[in-house]
Amino acid sequence: MADYNVMEMMICVAARELEDGSTVGVGTGAPCAAAMLAQKTDAPNLVIMFEAGGVNPILPEMPISVGDSRTFYKAVMASGMCEIMETSCRGFVDYTFLGGAQIDMYGNLNSTIIGDDYDHPKVRLPGSGGANDFASFCWRMMVLTVQDARRFVEKVDFVTTPGWIEGGDSRAKAGLPLDAGPYKIITNMGVMDFEPETKRMRTISVSPGYSFKDIQENCGFELLQGAKIVETMPPTEKELRILREEVDPYRYIIGR
Amino acid sequence: MDVIEEGKGRLFTDPDPDKARAFFRKKSRKMKNKLMSLKMAVETFVHDGDYLAIGGFGANRTPIAACHEIVRQGRKNMGFAGHTSTHDFQILSAGEVFDRLDIAYIIGLEARGLSQCARKYMQSGKVEISEWTNYSLAARLKAAAMGVPFVPTRNMLGTDTLKHSGAKVVACPFTGKKMTLQPALYPDVSVIHVHEADVFGNCRIKGIMISDDDLARASKHLIITTERLIPNEEIRRDPTSTKIPYYLVDAVCEIPFGAYPGTMPYEYFSDEDHLQAWLKAEKDPEEFKEFLKRNIYNCADNFEYIALNGGVARMYELRMKEFLLHKEAENGGL
Repeated sequence: MADYNVMEMMICVAARELEDGSTVGVGTGAPCAAAMLAQKTDAPNLVIMFEAGGVNPILPEMPISVGDSRTFYKAVMASGMCEIMETSCRGFVDYTFLGGAQIDMYGNLNSTIIGDDYDHPKVRLPGSGGANDFASFCWRMMVLTVQDARRFVEKVDFVTTPGWIEGGDSRAKAGLPLDAGPYKIITNMGVMDFEPETKRMRTISVSPGYSFKDIQENCGFELLQGAKIVETMPPTEKELRILREEVDPYRYIIGR
Repeated sequence: MDVIEEGKGRLFTDPDPDKARAFFRKKSRKMKNKLMSLKMAVETFVHDGDYLAIGGFGANRTPIAACHEIVRQGRKNMGFAGHTSTHDFQILSAGEVFDRLDIAYIIGLEARGLSQCARKYMQSGKVEISEWTNYSLAARLKAAAMGVPFVPTRNMLGTDTLKHSGAKVVACPFTGKKMTLQPALYPDVSVIHVHEADVFGNCRIKGIMISDDDLARASKHLIITTERLIPNEEIRRDPTSTKIPYYLVDAVCEIPFGAYPGTMPYEYFSDEDHLQAWLKAEKDPEEFKEFLKRNIYNCADNFEYIALNGGVARMYELRMKEFLLHKEAENGGL
């Protein structure tokens, strides 16, 4: 079995989720690395969109900003914020990958404040950026994050970005576009989806070397278990070679 | 339409389109020479207490030279739109220029890290906040550009972002579905950095527009900084390329490398070393004071700032990087 680190594992697993011919809205960092890896493996026709306006670039290297010139290098279009978000709202964007400081059992994300007093936060974070927008509009929202009880919390300090809100049909009741929402949560220890009725987070696979118990111990709320929990396929030699040599040769992301 | 839900964030600008129309009625339509120094443009059009917006996004085509000038002139108590505002936000925070803020994305510099200085200022209690998202701020500028008081969107619903914004939720009169109304945002003054402009303010922008087409139209006053001036004859030869027409513009300033140390598409790539030097200097308040003195307060203009940071030689290295020529040189091809 190949040697790999936590970040490489998550990026490889995430890349496999992106179907060939689909569209994905991504930011910088690990989500962008996953989309680039997908393009260079099983999804050569994956269309990457950046919120500042870049559509389907041939990425020569990892962008530093979601609006830097790499995000529209040899692209089919250099547009703008409204074009990308209107396209998403119209139902044309299949996937988005997001992150956050905290996530709850319904996939709601916090990237605004840490602390229970909004007016006097312990830590002020950057805010939504385009995360709330992509999570509202894209059909399937995925999250890439490290499994940690400080991140997976019973209640997020601030709902910056919508998941399934309070579960059940609460997301539809809130008025968000129908049938879109959190799809998979990919961590170093496993992969979670959402139980269709309650919309609660559910473990469906575990990474080699971990058990469901490990995931539960590093999660601040009770996780559901899928009918059958499988072992996540570790990164292949081919995935690792492409990731290390072509996607992130300077180890900006996989070296973290 | 009854309001179903509304955020408690304050609106820092008036969304009334008739008040905006009354202002625009009086704005000059004359195609006159608007060329001036950046110093004069900021003195004339950027006032204490005004609401300011900055073009570009995430240190890409952001008018950094203008941000330096605003800080150098000591502007205070401004409103500001933080629309993935990264290095520009860092600079304006260092000058404590604003005291009220529409937030979509602040403090961070995306993949580069977080600004300690900006975070400290945001946690000081000196800044009043309304929360938004990148699309919400873009939609608010679009509403203003359309000359209507709001546009409906389907984001922010079901979140605390909505609760701390100034948006309102109504039921759509056609479908009954909930819609978020994004109130028009008319900035008092904006600065946009462009590739080419004539002396009257007709502008060309290459690459992504982000929200700058709407920002130019929404702004009461507009300062243009341009990489280079071009003759009006060239504008008229190719009118398809004009992204901002002259009558929106109040001042034209020729500022080569005006987006440095950020990226200017098809001109130069970001100077990652200098941006890291900012982040590092911020960690020690005394060192940061010296850093600001050296790079902003003691510089007369952008030429001095550029000279201090490697001058034309460095700019040409960044040009090579923008066109990926350094890779061709290394690999004999991409």
